[in-house]
Amino acid sequence: MTGWCGKILRIDLDSSATDILRPDPVRYEKFIGGKGLAGSFLRDRITLAWDDPAAPLLIMTGPLVGTAAPTSGRTTIMSRSPLTGTVTDCSVGGRLGFHLKRAGWDGVLITGRAANPCGIVIDNETIKLVDAVELWGADTATVFQRLQKRDNSVATIGPAAENGVSYASLMVDRHHAAGRGGIGRCFGAKNIKYLVVRGSGRVSVHDKAELTAAREEILRLAAASPVLMGEHGIARFGTGALYDLMDARRMMPTDNFRRTRFAAAPGLGAVAYAKRFQPKQHGCMGCHIRCKKVTGHKNRTAMPEFETMSHFTALIGNTDPDLVVRANDLCNRLGMDTISAAATLACYRELEGEIDLAPSLLALLEQIGTGSTRLGRELGEGARAFARKQGRPELSMDVKGQELPAYDPRGAYGMSLAYATSTRGGCHLRAYPISHEILRKPVATDRFTFSGKARIIKISEDLNAVVDSLTACKFIFFAAGPEEYARAFSAVTGMTITAQDLLEAGERIYYQERLMNAANGFDDRDDDLPARFFKEPGSGSAPGTPPVDRAAFLEARRKYYRIRGLDAQGRPTPEKTRQLGLA
Amino acid sequence: MKNLVDKFARKIVQAGLADNPLVCGLDDELVWNRSDPAAPMLAQVVANMRINSLICAEPAEPYRSILRFLCRNRPATINPQDCETRTFLHDLPVTDVFSADAVLSRLRYRKSVIICDEDKVRVISFGTVSPEQAFVTLSSVCFSTFVLFFSRLLEQKRAGSLDDHALNLCERIRPLVTPPARKPPRLATGPFSSIRDAAAAMVEAGRQTVNLGLVDSYFGNISCRLEDTICISQTGSSLDELARCIDPCPLDGSSCTGITASSELTAHNEIYLSSTCRTIVHGHPKFVVILSMACDRMNCPNRGQCHVRCDRARFIEDIPIVPGEVGTGPTGLCHTLPPAIRDRRGAIVWGHGLFTTGKIDFNEPLAGLLAIEQMCRRIFFEEIGATG
Repeated sequence: MTGWCGKILRIDLDSSATDILRPDPVRYEKFIGGKGLAGSFLRDRITLAWDDPAAPLLIMTGPLVGTAAPTSGRTTIMSRSPLTGTVTDCSVGGRLGFHLKRAGWDGVLITGRAANPCGIVIDNETIKLVDAVELWGADTATVFQRLQKRDNSVATIGPAAENGVSYASLMVDRHHAAGRGGIGRCFGAKNIKYLVVRGSGRVSVHDKAELTAAREEILRLAAASPVLMGEHGIARFGTGALYDLMDARRMMPTDNFRRTRFAAAPGLGAVAYAKRFQPKQHGCMGCHIRCKKVTGHKNRTAMPEFETMSHFTALIGNTDPDLVVRANDLCNRLGMDTISAAATLACYRELEGEIDLAPSLLALLEQIGTGSTRLGRELGEGARAFARKQGRPELSMDVKGQELPAYDPRGAYGMSLAYATSTRGGCHLRAYPISHEILRKPVATDRFTFSGKARIIKISEDLNAVVDSLTACKFIFFAAGPEEYARAFSAVTGMTITAQDLLEAGERIYYQERLMNAANGFDDRDDDLPARFFKEPGSGSAPGTPPVDRAAFLEARRKYYRIRGLDAQGRPTPEKTRQLGLA
Repeated sequence: MKNLVDKFARKIVQAGLADNPLVCGLDDELVWNRSDPAAPMLAQVVANMRINSLICAEPAEPYRSILRFLCRNRPATINPQDCETRTFLHDLPVTDVFSADAVLSRLRYRKSVIICDEDKVRVISFGTVSPEQAFVTLSSVCFSTFVLFFSRLLEQKRAGSLDDHALNLCERIRPLVTPPARKPPRLATGPFSSIRDAAAAMVEAGRQTVNLGLVDSYFGNISCRLEDTICISQTGSSLDELARCIDPCPLDGSSCTGITASSELTAHNEIYLSSTCRTIVHGHPKFVVILSMACDRMNCPNRGQCHVRCDRARFIEDIPIVPGEVGTGPTGLCHTLPPAIRDRRGAIVWGHGLFTTGKIDFNEPLAGLLAIEQMCRRIFFEEIGATG
């Protein structure tokens, strides 16, 4: 077997025992790696409570990790979400996957709960569980300061995960967040403070010359992509390059999604940040795009991504970019998701009557992350729980309990459907229709129609499920496609596989997540948007971007269910389950 | 979906790619632009792929004859070396069996398949987001095989090994590829002082560039410099449908809205910053591309890498030919084109297309585009010596 290591490390924290799982090759073929492989291990225990010690926490690499396949150094972290109760997974960058793979592991499956805070140290074949009591309570920067070396990868939670924040993140290699769904809290529940991995082996490749050829095709396509490598692209400005565009398209969620235009936006885009902070390029292992930006000064911290820039300005009414950078850094240090944190604060702000949050923003974030006040603890439960507790559930802008990112669904109907059908709740990355509705890739679609969108969303979900299983970066798929990555996959593994084979695997992987959610009672009632989007207009030229037509949305969702092979309530069917080899 | 299916069926005919294409689109139900005996078989293809649209077309002449000629020895693939194929299609699979299995086995790994059986030549392509992708692929297949056929012919002629069959075909289709001489239409006169005026002029110029056959509708790009802004066509926009597809990009780089601008924005910027020109048009005139690929240095160490490594100062008359790939990579045309086009009426990028500039409006670059293509066609046929 090339590409894969053929081994998964299993750690039982109850007994401090480790052993090696050697998955059947068929399992690799069916689920590929990353998201797919993790799901295959999670599925039969998905009905356990997220904090049940027997609930598995999975860290998975993919077959392309550690090879010359471009942008393929990512890692999937998966478990059941404390925020939503759905399956949740994050594709995270940095060097974690690279080191794990070079250490000889396709992934790590963790169960149990350590008696005391611990760290997991993987040094090639050597596994140690070490005492981490001393670092419990430390922010992520302190942990990185203590443990990060040039030849290792470090993943750590911050105080937020320890203090029960439902959207706590896992930070990897200082600047990379496994941000969404509260995956950090899953680590905290198992008493794991950090994971350190060092790998020094080699990843075997079936046909290096063929991989080189595939790589050249992908790099050529990337170079031709204005979104990736263009003058205003993310290689130069980071994902913040999208900020001006979202403003221009009147799609910037403003004042808790009550408006879609933020008057101060023109001065708060990536160019302004570039001038003010002179950020440096930084990237994940194996990526030439290097979209991550870090501050130019000596103690480099991550520059905010687009979602953070948007939500920490327009969504909460802040006009100070310095405050955005500091809020971003604080969230990273505390280990909590910036999208959910900002969206929960936006909900709080609306409840409080549009107060000026800027003066108290950092203090509020501190209170959330440390759980030092009752308000902080309540906000740490996420917007849905907070709004319900205040008797105003309609003010939480979430899907399935996960707060919505920074693309207003009234400005892109495919995005509205994709938010609703996302298996992890309010997420832009499952189908990422912004690619064609806004960025014109692979071709432009009409963003104000549902026509054709049901199938497009289904195909895109399948594609991105594959991307997260390989485990590559979704951004490269603005330029390359499954055609080029099938060639890379075949070159690495020696399996002859086509673009369509990859998409079939993606369909299986995504359906597996629908099966897991259905097992926990999720159905069409959860595949929905907050009522605001069907009732209130956004802010375009007069009379404004209209609300989403509820009947058209439901019709598109009905089509989606049919195309996806779900029943009328959005639940998996036995026939489709069998057909996809998931019975 | 039916609207899109019908739209692209019409565009295929308008572009002269096929006379009676079969186009389908799929959301939850399959819709066709028309009925056809092949529809059930093609529906099987669609059902076995993760796609949302498909085009099956018997290409119009001269593409049909060219494809039949290129398929005469039953190759598994055709491998054009032009920029579009190299970058986006990689190679063109071929089969002589018009069946669901044969089509599927090719479409599962490539964007198109050419089916050349005894009766017909067909091209099938698909989209995952829109029939537009299938249209673009069909257009690229026709463009790239056209360029391949004529550039090989020129190569053979220069090597003294002209294939009689190829020459016969060339003579037969010459009337189809040699339209009567046309004068460029009069376009809006500049200079333009507002984004609105510039955009209107760009829409008009883009449409005429397509009408004159100087670019397939999807390709090419066009821009206009105002005082401190460059208006440029968006990436993946059709030059004949530019309304609402133009990005105003501040020259001082104060905004990132140009993230959706053409992949050649950097090249356009550089040209404006190093010259006094006000307009740029980039098309893919076929004979310009064909001549750009014909180099007689058979023993050149860079042969096979001409598109990125050509180090020779090559010209067609006064028009320079430079290497360079799409976009901004280390071998991108943004590094080679701007210095080459300075003080010239145009410059050619190897295997890709032609850029022309204007000092005031689009009359000059459009006329330049047409004149240079006509010049290249004349040179080509003079060199080939075809008599048709």
